[in-house]
Amino acid sequence: MTPALRLENLSKTFPLGRTLFGPERPGVRAVHPVTLEVARGETLGIVGESGCGKSTLARMLVGLLAPTTGSIEIEGAALDTADPAAFGKRIQYVFQDPISSLNPRKTIRQIMEAPLKLLHGMDRAQRAARIAEIFDLVSLRHEFLDRYPHEFSGGQAQRIGIARALAAEARILILDEPVSALDVSVQAQVLNLLADLKAELDLTYLFISHDLAVVEAVSDRIAVLYFGSVVELGRAEDIFRAPRHPYTKLLADSAPVVGRALTPPEAKETELPDPLDPPKGCAFQARCPRATAQCGQETPTLAELADGHAAACFHPIAPPDGPAG
Amino acid sequence: MTDPSTHETAPDAPIEAIAALTDTKPLAPPRSKWAEVWDQFKSHRGALVGGIIFITIVLAVFIGPFLWTIDPTYIDIRARNSGPSWAHPFGTDQLGRDTLARMMAGGQTSIAVGLTAMALALLLGSFIGVVAGFFRRLDGPLMRLTDLFLALPLLPLLLVMVLLFREPLNKAFGPETGIFILIVVAIGITSWMPTARIVRGDVLALKEREFVLAARSIGTTNFQLIARHILPNVMSPIMVSATLGIANAIITESALSFLGLGFPPDFPTWGRLLFDATDYLQQYPERVMWPGAAISLTVLSVNYLGDGLRDALDPRIRGR
Repeated sequence: MTPALRLENLSKTFPLGRTLFGPERPGVRAVHPVTLEVARGETLGIVGESGCGKSTLARMLVGLLAPTTGSIEIEGAALDTADPAAFGKRIQYVFQDPISSLNPRKTIRQIMEAPLKLLHGMDRAQRAARIAEIFDLVSLRHEFLDRYPHEFSGGQAQRIGIARALAAEARILILDEPVSALDVSVQAQVLNLLADLKAELDLTYLFISHDLAVVEAVSDRIAVLYFGSVVELGRAEDIFRAPRHPYTKLLADSAPVVGRALTPPEAKETELPDPLDPPKGCAFQARCPRATAQCGQETPTLAELADGHAAACFHPIAPPDGPAG
Repeated sequence: MTDPSTHETAPDAPIEAIAALTDTKPLAPPRSKWAEVWDQFKSHRGALVGGIIFITIVLAVFIGPFLWTIDPTYIDIRARNSGPSWAHPFGTDQLGRDTLARMMAGGQTSIAVGLTAMALALLLGSFIGVVAGFFRRLDGPLMRLTDLFLALPLLPLLLVMVLLFREPLNKAFGPETGIFILIVVAIGITSWMPTARIVRGDVLALKEREFVLAARSIGTTNFQLIARHILPNVMSPIMVSATLGIANAIITESALSFLGLGFPPDFPTWGRLLFDATDYLQQYPERVMWPGAAISLTVLSVNYLGDGLRDALDPRIRGR
């Protein structure tokens, strides 16, 4: 079966432009070459701290940014033109801030009609029928259509955002922190809705988040991003039960747990390396408790350690039960 | 539980009661957008009063001459410098021309100049602002152009414009229309800069908002993006510039007339009347007050009108 989404060596470098007299400066590497495959009907979680390139990756996937190198293949068809109209029918984006992703001057009906008109060229009657169908799917009331975005709560607005993404009839949804702006109680509602929709419409999700609990709950597989590259990739249950990369372990230990005092897992510098002046070797070495001289010289590549579980580390943590890979 | 029927059914049908709980508020019947805009506009008292005053001034100035039929250029030298009376409610000037008639004739010009010059400045300013904010490549050149216009000394520029274009325009359109076009264009192209700067700033911020990205991700073209997503959201600063622009245009026109660059001396405008009257300020202070009050009232009422319109057109404010 062809994978729903295949990225090959996808990378993004933002140019800095040249100084007035000097030579052209090297750009900022937001995403280092990433190779990923997402099977149909799968949910791939993408985890990482702020500034690690999650959103840049997502924006390349929907054609909002042109990749510097590499190719994107959606359902077997290569799309590397960064043409949003071509991407729009296959892959859609759900934004982090639900209210800000809806134009405050337009009614919900106008917002919902835009993708139907632009991507599918439906007439008025078809649009009304389709919108009614989608609103039933996301359990929104039809009376909401004539209202303006500011009249909705975050959860409702996020459901409208999801409805808009569904209207394009894309089979793949990029969910860019879809619940992190919502109340915890509303998060569950939206996550359940996403799970139902996935089962019903055979969707594929790319779920970007920094909330580990949420990612673990919804994802089949998880990719951990650090400084623009994938450092660990594996099944959701493996990743947090037995992390192999020290960074994943750090992430898991940093997450607050109800009933446990919050202790910072690392006392040292906790900043990402400077993207303008990337360190030699492994990007994580400055924060890594297991760093050796080798880490300062060579850059580790993603290597399969166990069945379906890969990490980019010279000194992976041994799994609790079983031999080190 | 004020409704007795709900009270009766609630114990029997707990599921329905829970379903009813999710209906947080009763839904008002849908109304047309313009009815809601009018409702919000009505609730803004200043805007309502401003609108009424502005309409009154416009009507008085344009319909008044049909009721008050004295020719504003008719010289009645025996009645010169008379104070308010039944024959001349606003008095007469040093040549015995009726001030009320001159006020109405002057108002026509002043309001027409104010509105047209404002529209021109707004069009130019919004266009340059949107283009500069939206297309990064054009941002630098257009903003430097704006700086250039801001740095140009206004009066020498106007002098040159009048010198160069007065005669050809007079020949092409006749003396009155010709000078009207000249003044409107002169004011328009020298007062669009603040609008352009404000609009550019807003567009820069809006462009990065997620709804713009969302629209882009379904293949909205740049033109549609500007027309449907950017422009409606920069309406507020444009409205504010518009109301300030009318005032600015009326006052600039007055200054030009005073310097002899504007309309011919016998052609009344509010600015002209004001400056003619300053010579007699000590003997006849009321002559300064008529045009002064007219200019202030127009400017103030337009400001309130614009304020109310801006609020009424913004769904976030209208909803409250």
